[in-house]
Amino acid sequence: MKHETIETNAGWLIALTLIVISIGGLAEVLPLYFIDSTVEDVKVAGVETVRPYSPLELRGRDLYMREGCYLCHSQMIRPFRDEALRYGHYSLAAESKYDHPFQWGSKRTGPDLARVGKKYSNQWHVQHLTNPRSVVRESIMPNYPWLLTDKLKYKDIAGRLKALKAVGVPYSETKAEYETNVKRFGKETAKFLDINQAENNLVNEALTNNYDGDKSGISEMDALVAYLQVLGTMVDFKKFDDGHFATFR
Amino acid sequence: MSATSQSSPQSYNYDIVKKFTIMALVWGILGMFTGLYIASELAWPVLNFDIPEITFGRLRPVHTTLVIFGFGGSALFATSYYIVQRTCQVRLWGELLPNYTFWGWQIAIAASAISYMFGYTQAREYAEMVWPIDILIAVTWVVYLVIYVQTLRRRSQPHIYVANWFFIAFILATAILHIFNNMAMPVGLFSLSSYSLHAGVQDAMTQWWYGHNAVGFFLTAAFLGMMYYFVPKQAGRPVYSYRLSIIHFWALIFLYMWVGAHHLHWTALPDWTSTLAATFSILLLLPSWGGMINGIMTLSGAWDKLRSDPVVRFLIVALAFYGMSTFEGPLLSLKSVNALSHYTDWTIGHVHSGALGWVAMVTFGSFYHLIPRLWETTFYSTRLINVHFYLAVSGIILYISALWFAGIGQGMMWRAFDDYGNLAYTFIETVEFLHLPYIMRALGGLLFVLGIMTMGYNVFMTIRKSRIEKSEIEAKVAAKLATA
Repeated sequence: MKHETIETNAGWLIALTLIVISIGGLAEVLPLYFIDSTVEDVKVAGVETVRPYSPLELRGRDLYMREGCYLCHSQMIRPFRDEALRYGHYSLAAESKYDHPFQWGSKRTGPDLARVGKKYSNQWHVQHLTNPRSVVRESIMPNYPWLLTDKLKYKDIAGRLKALKAVGVPYSETKAEYETNVKRFGKETAKFLDINQAENNLVNEALTNNYDGDKSGISEMDALVAYLQVLGTMVDFKKFDDGHFATFR
Repeated sequence: MSATSQSSPQSYNYDIVKKFTIMALVWGILGMFTGLYIASELAWPVLNFDIPEITFGRLRPVHTTLVIFGFGGSALFATSYYIVQRTCQVRLWGELLPNYTFWGWQIAIAASAISYMFGYTQAREYAEMVWPIDILIAVTWVVYLVIYVQTLRRRSQPHIYVANWFFIAFILATAILHIFNNMAMPVGLFSLSSYSLHAGVQDAMTQWWYGHNAVGFFLTAAFLGMMYYFVPKQAGRPVYSYRLSIIHFWALIFLYMWVGAHHLHWTALPDWTSTLAATFSILLLLPSWGGMINGIMTLSGAWDKLRSDPVVRFLIVALAFYGMSTFEGPLLSLKSVNALSHYTDWTIGHVHSGALGWVAMVTFGSFYHLIPRLWETTFYSTRLINVHFYLAVSGIILYISALWFAGIGQGMMWRAFDDYGNLAYTFIETVEFLHLPYIMRALGGLLFVLGIMTMGYNVFMTIRKSRIEKSEIEAKVAAKLATA
């Protein structure tokens, strides 16, 4: 075919353009859904340790997105010596497999947060989020005082879990789904993946752990700190042979 | 319609072009000012003022959305509607629908910016719009495609001019990218929240397939379409090589779609995907430079215009920055370079050498050509065009040098070890190091903002001048009729 034909015929131009621009995406995106080794197996004694977020952690994650934290903090540790020393084991694909959307980030104006969970106390996080420069003098992070004063909205928590279930996250609604979760994640985890108990579970977790240090109610700070404290804690690398994860990817 | 009425200005739909042109400048000024503000927040965090709506994390998507989609998008609507009419020698198809695309687009931009400030976001870079806005954009975009294709089909020229190939590829690709990247499950019919269809590694791949092609098609292919019309027009020369334009068009649109994964080097994305993306990124240098050469060489035989014509100067410097940033891009996509540059300000600097140097400069040049023709007058001040040029160029140079310094410096500090094999710097020490380059960057941004404000003033005075001239002519005609 002469190029003249394409230039004089809008139909040809459109059809050929569509074909040419479709190939790259099809070749790179689709296989990721079908190649099993893309996402690692993380099982300890037959139980999956990477689990969906609890209702409170999920609301914390929503706030993390609302404030645009991902614009300055990555959650993706690369397999380099300096990053291993600074942040810990490199990130697995499995660790974000329930992240809709992913929060790997693209910029480190602040440090990576993929393994920040349990590194600092709840109290430190509250102080740091309210006034970062009171703990790290040279920090350029904004203050987030309203997290402590604003009550957490959680009336739509069941709806949120249902939406996530619709896109493939194993929250349970029926008895059978609950039983499957007990087998996959263990009983303790399966309990807070139950959509019917979502609101109760959220309130209980917030009041029991009292992340913000204020027992009078549930603040946004409770949720955000709950989320930060779980980041990177779902895989216990001591339980795996060296090189186990290198067999993937 | 007869051939003569088709080629007279009155028969073209210039009204829609004018509206989009003005809004491009309005969003440009607002968006670049927001950029300046958030750059200053990084240098002086006190500027966050503990006000949720203006913290860095909420304003950053306001900045990117206003400049990419508000400024860039409106400029593309304006120039593509102008070019398709001029090169097809036919009036734009439809009367109400082009106006619908105007209002649909403007409402989407304004609603996005406001919703981010109030915390409603999908938290996907450059695709932060919540799902109802995504739907509005999708509908507007399909209408845009229909208008464009219908106008092409009614052309009175046998050939579809090269600028239109690029616009067609841009419209089609943007539709596909937007729809697939934004697939999400809303929390409820009356909730603005939603969760993306994809998760983790697949979501990352989809997002950067989108993200890099927002650069490839929205900010490159479409602006090449702009270049292919306005450079030959302003230079008064035909396009340098017809054959080159064919080759680089097909190569560019094919290769771009493969390269998104270079944003995910060394992450949990499988190695094969990121290696493939790096390979295609290097190949992409060829068609990118094909376009640059074709544009710059169009000036051959008219090089003196670089000295005498400030509009040509904008266009050619834009192409030079295009060449530079499409060289830097493949460089950054090499895994070994990316290991240093990723997560640092080098990436931000690279984006701005493309966005300010190429996208904004080619838009300014095209607008300086377009505006006198739309309003049938001459520019209020050529001197101010020159002032704008020097403000813009010095702003860009300051901006990207500051971020080369910041990015490479911080990247080196992160990976530095002391004699005992411990990390040489804590993270916060590398943040302290950024303070000076962040101030320099903000100054560069300030110069660029002053530049576009100069242009805004010049355009405002030009339109006013055109109105005065028109009323003077009308008065003269009326006087003549009265005495006759």
